[in-house]
Parts: sequence; C-alpha cells; structure tokens
Amino acid sequence: MKEQDITKRRKLKNKIFHTLIFLCTLFGIFILSILLFSILSKGLKWLSMDFITNFPSRFPKKAGIYPALFGSLWLIILTALISFPVGIGTALYLEEYAKDNKFTEFIKLNIANLAGVPAIIYGMLGLAVFVRLLGFGRSILSGALTMSLLILPTIIISSQEALRSVPESLKQASYALGTTKWQTITGVILPYALPGILTGTILGLSRALGEAAPLIVVGALAYVSFIPKTPFDQFTVLPIQIFNWSSMPKKEFQNVAAAGIIVLLFILLGINSIAIILRNKYQIRMKD
Amino acid sequence: MESVIKVENLNFYYGNFLALKDINMDIYKNNITAFIGPSGCGKSTFLRTLNRMNDFIENTRVEGKILFQGQDIYSGDLDPVELRRRIGMVFQKPNPFPKTIYENIVYGLRKNGVNKKEVLDEVVESTLKAVALYDEVKDKIYKSALELSGGQQQRLCIARAIAMQPEVVLMDEPTSALDPISTLKIEELLLELKKNYTIIIVTHSMQQAARISDWTAFFLNGEVIEYDTTEKIFENPRDKRTEDYITGRFG
Repeated sequence: MKEQDITKRRKLKNKIFHTLIFLCTLFGIFILSILLFSILSKGLKWLSMDFITNFPSRFPKKAGIYPALFGSLWLIILTALISFPVGIGTALYLEEYAKDNKFTEFIKLNIANLAGVPAIIYGMLGLAVFVRLLGFGRSILSGALTMSLLILPTIIISSQEALRSVPESLKQASYALGTTKWQTITGVILPYALPGILTGTILGLSRALGEAAPLIVVGALAYVSFIPKTPFDQFTVLPIQIFNWSSMPKKEFQNVAAAGIIVLLFILLGINSIAIILRNKYQIRMKD
Repeated sequence: MESVIKVENLNFYYGNFLALKDINMDIYKNNITAFIGPSGCGKSTFLRTLNRMNDFIENTRVEGKILFQGQDIYSGDLDPVELRRRIGMVFQKPNPFPKTIYENIVYGLRKNGVNKKEVLDEVVESTLKAVALYDEVKDKIYKSALELSGGQQQRLCIARAIAMQPEVVLMDEPTSALDPISTLKIEELLLELKKNYTIIIVTHSMQQAARISDWTAFFLNGEVIEYDTTEKIFENPRDKRTEDYITGRFG
C-alpha cells in the first residue's frame, strides 16, 4: 500500500514538472507572438515597394528605408569580409598551432571575456581608434571595423568549438599519408569544421545587423539622403533608422518604424535560415 | 635478408615516464613483423615512433636511432612529411575521410602533387583490386566512403595507404574493431600485400600473429623481451615470460 503511494507521488511529480517546463516553452512563444502580432498589425500596411525604395522623409507617408537598407548591406558585407578571415585565423591558430601554455590560456580566457563586453563599449573603442586615431571618420569602414570587433569573439569561440569537433583519427589519417599541417588543415580539418564555423559566423553577423548602440557612438547618421558609394562614406543602418522613427512625435511614424522592423526581421530570419540550410547541407555529407 | 628499418638503442619518454627501454630491432623487407604483448606494453608507441606519429603528442622525447633505408629519421636528414609518405599507416579503427571512396584513395596523391586524372583513375582501380574491394564497390566509388561496412572501410584505409606506394605499411591493431569474417579477409590481404610491401602489425591476437607474421616481437613494460621468427617465438621461446604470455598464463 505504502509503496503504491510512493509510486503515485513520483508519477504525479513527473507530470507536474512536465507541465511546468512545457509552460516555460509556451511563455517564450507567447511573448514572441505578441511581439510579432503588434508589429505586423502596425507595420504591414505601410510596407510597400515605395517604402523600400524611398528616402527618409518628414512625412510619414513618403518615408522609406532605402539608404538604411543600403547602409546595412554595406556594413554587413564589410564586417563579414573583415571578421570571417580574422576569426577563422585566430581559431585555427589557437586550436592547431598554439602550444598549450599560460599565454595561450590567457588569450583564450580573454576572448571569452570579450564576448561579454557590452556593445556600447565597442562603440566607444571604435570612436576612439577608428574614427579619430586612424582617421577613418564616421564612415562605413569605421562602423564595420567596430562591428567586427564586437562579433569576433563569437566567431572565434564557435570556430574553435567546430575545430575541436574534428576527430583526431581523421587528422592522423591525413598526416600518416605524408601531408603537411597546412594540407591537413585545408584537406580535412576545415571541410569538417566548416558547417560549425559558418553557423557561428552567420549568427555573429546577424547580431551585427541588429545592433544600433555601437554605431550611434561611432557616429552613424540618423538622417541620410544619399546612398553610400564607398566604404568611406557616411551612412545609417536599419536599426538606427527604426530607432529614429520610433522617437518621432508624429504618431504615424510608429507604424513606419514597425514596417522597418518587419524588413529587419525578414532579413535576419533569412540570414539565419541560410545558416541552418548550410549546416544541414554539409552535415548530410559528413554524417557517418 | 635485407633490413629496411634498423632500430638502435631506442628510448622513448612521455614527459619523465620511460615508455620504451633500449629497443634494438631489424625489420626485414617483404616480411610481416608482428608486435605482441599486453595492453600498455609500448607496442603501439613503438610502432608510432617508426613514422614519427608521436611527434603530435606534446612533451615526448626520443633517444637513440631509427635508421630507415640507412637514414636516421630523427636526425633531421629526413623530413617527417616525406617519411610518412614512404611509411604508410593503418589505424585501429577504420578512419576513412568523409569524402567519396575515390577521393579517399587519391587524397595523399593529390596532396603530393599528382593531379592527372588518368593516373588517379588508374591508382583507384589498381589499389581497390589490390585490397579485394573492387568488385564490391566498383559501382559506388563516387559515393561516400562512410556508406561502407566496417570491414570494407578498413580495406579502403589500407587501399588509401598503399596508393602512396609506401615502402613500409604500419598497422595498429587493424582488425580489432572488425568481425571475424572481415578479419579473415584482411589477414588474407596482408599475406598478399607482403609480396610488395614490408608490413609491421601490432596485434592483440596471438593467433593472428601466429597465422600471418614471419617475425614476432614480444613487448612487456616497454621492453622487447624477445624478437625472433614467429615459428621460434611460438614453438620454442627462449624467455620464460614469452612462454607465459603466448600460452595465456598472463596478459
């Protein structure tokens, strides 16, 4: 009788926790759907081809995101070009070349710490170093360099993890066939680690795409009436444009901001799906 | 008999731990040499000193000489990359690359600058035939090597090693992860391969050593207790410890 009681209780406990954690999951989805609903209901009817191709305006009906969209594209491409090679290079050095000593440990620890530094601090660093010291001005280049600093720790750490996941047996198989370290890296290690590296990089880039704070510090403009043509031009990006609209007194601008958020979300989701597709595509090839 | 590898007074250290003690040995051409002994006796470590695979383990040290075709492999005369091209290796667990069967076999050649398609095609066919895998896989050489069974994968790994035309092939318990039938196939294959290659095999199975090897070395605690023809080792060992081991009294 007593034993039965205990069994009952255990089963009840099991059920309670099952429900509890299910509710936790629902909570996240619930908040997300509220957010999506409020934005879609406000912004959807403002979304049009004109909205994409127009310049910002003080009339809500004419306002568009063309320069911000271009600025974001410029920024993300430059940031990718800078952070991808530097990030992989660092990860390769730390995992494949560096000796296991105090110095390497110190670097690894600090990269992990850098990942936790607030974005605004990177903005101030960018302002001091890229804008002023190196004289790049309030340009896309300064913004991209700042963003690269911001997301490099993420890229490095996820690349390190991807590199660590390469089985030792495959590396040894490659070396045993008379290949150099570099040949083994390009022939076995990188192809195997690439899905993980790409996932980390793309997630880092999508973070850069959504950040406004560091770029405001670096000096991206809020109102831009031209399309940036070189990396040395001034610029604005989507999050700043959205931030700008949402702080406008005219009520319609709230809806314009919502439309901007839809575009930004769309791009972010697109980028994240690319990450997932790439990962799956390579994983199928690699699976055993 | 022609000696391919000559080991003189070899000591090997992991940090301060002396893992191999004063090893002297000649490895003979076109023979199969088996290393037997209990786990942790140093036979795999010794095998890996022969193609310098231990270089990848930090904090290891080698004393003494290993002469490969007369050249001291640790003296700096012979680049380890070149050494490994000439001394191939097959590992305990089949470890094909996550690439096609074709790309697995030509990997080493490509990395060594051979890129002509006719040459590579020829090598793929001849090595697959040499490891008796050709008939089984000829329709899927452009498919992933990971689709093969364990025994087939190991034969592919042997094909990958001999595609480089090495002078010596090192095998580190190549059948310990395989079923008895696959094991038998690989043993038959080794007897065939020794016509063209010098083979050194580490094995846990004394029957395997007795079945296929010409020479056997018995390792214990980092020392070579006895090294002689397989016949001598198994029928008339000099050392009491060898006799105890092969009769199954310990280890």
